[in-house]
Amino acid sequence: MLTWVIRRDLLLAVRRQADVLTTLFFFIIVVSLFPLGVGPEMNTLRIMAPGIVWVAALLASMLSLGRMFSNDYLDGTLEQILLSPTSLSLLVLGKMLSHWLITGVPLVLMAPVLGIQYDLPFSALVVLTLSLLLGTPILSLIGAIGAALTLGLRGGGVLVSLLVLPLYIPVLIFGAGAVEASTAGLGFEAHFSLLGAFLLVSLVFAPWATAASLRISME
Amino acid sequence: MSINWYKYASPASFYFLAGRMIPYFSIAAIVLLIVGLYIGFFVAPTDFQQGEAYRIIFIHVPAAWMSMFLYVVMAFWAGIGLAFNTRLSSMMATAIAPTGAMFTFIALWTGAWWGKPMWGTWWVWDARLTSELILFFLYIGFMSLQAAIDDPRRADKAGAIIALVGVVNIPIIYFSVQWWNTLHQGASVSIAQSPKMATAMLAGMLIMALAVWMYSIAMILMRARTIILERERHTAWVAELKGITR
Repeated sequence: MLTWVIRRDLLLAVRRQADVLTTLFFFIIVVSLFPLGVGPEMNTLRIMAPGIVWVAALLASMLSLGRMFSNDYLDGTLEQILLSPTSLSLLVLGKMLSHWLITGVPLVLMAPVLGIQYDLPFSALVVLTLSLLLGTPILSLIGAIGAALTLGLRGGGVLVSLLVLPLYIPVLIFGAGAVEASTAGLGFEAHFSLLGAFLLVSLVFAPWATAASLRISME
Repeated sequence: MSINWYKYASPASFYFLAGRMIPYFSIAAIVLLIVGLYIGFFVAPTDFQQGEAYRIIFIHVPAAWMSMFLYVVMAFWAGIGLAFNTRLSSMMATAIAPTGAMFTFIALWTGAWWGKPMWGTWWVWDARLTSELILFFLYIGFMSLQAAIDDPRRADKAGAIIALVGVVNIPIIYFSVQWWNTLHQGASVSIAQSPKMATAMLAGMLIMALAVWMYSIAMILMRARTIILERERHTAWVAELKGITR
């Protein structure tokens, strides 16, 4: 059932490629705006790069949360999913994973290119990409709770940012922190361990909380 | 003597109980506030390091304590409401949120007033300040989610989930911010090491903390009463209250 949900969502994404590309280009544009705002001084930019890329990833992932359930909600698929005898948490986990595959993975793949724009050294590029690889699934997992709670509400898109962004803060701190620690010559393993811990905790609790939220929203 | 707690879980009987309790808590809040502020501003000695400006802590610290405590209480009642489907618990959670948010705001605001004469800056990215700011965001998120949902029962339950997710995240956020702060070798000032306090200072602070407690209870009960009336406006007992017969 898990693979069925993922395959279906990926197929929908392939049929509607614009959705995937908008998120990716949003990410690229936000990252490219910062040098225009703070000036082209490379030494400043190099220091700011991890934070900028991470904040942009947070925003991009958050903006695409609306699509996680809303299309299924509008065409009635979500009701059928709720009625299905399979565990709702499992199906929701599938939706979360496909959200990550559709929006998270392109960001991870694009991050090294954007890092080059900021003149990051090769080792920092590797750490940045790996930290995003470890961190972006957490964004999809936690974000799903917000997406489920705001389903069908007026102003849902802005509301979801209020709910979800404060919860993203630990991921931002340790994701960007890993890159900074590695450029400063400190180890980044501790940051990765913590990101991994967040990933495991949210993998356990987020599907459950999202399933409960969906049931509340669909009552 | 045993109290039938279930009786007061009904909004109708709680409404009258709260109405009877509000005057006591309000009077206690006013008296303690006057005594606490008097001690704080006139009795407590001037701090030899911080001068007179330190006196803002008599408002700042109790507000900060209360802001954190109220979030936990709010999440507790919201969780009870979600688990046992008791309407009054959820109403309490809704009633607590604005008071908690207000204390968070007061703590941030008075913190800035304290910071300016002490550190020469309105704001530092200290771990405590940052986590208090995030706590403020969590309150705002809870309130705006409830405000966006028209159906009160759905608002209760959705709010409960976000409050519980928030309360699980608070320690994570707190420690993340703390480690983030130490990693950056932080702002050179830290409010963690507080100097030893004179007895009058401590007494003033504790009395102010009590005053803030009493104020919160009175305020929350008042707001809970309003929420009860608003939600139960179609019931017979509210109609009787107004002397309106249907």
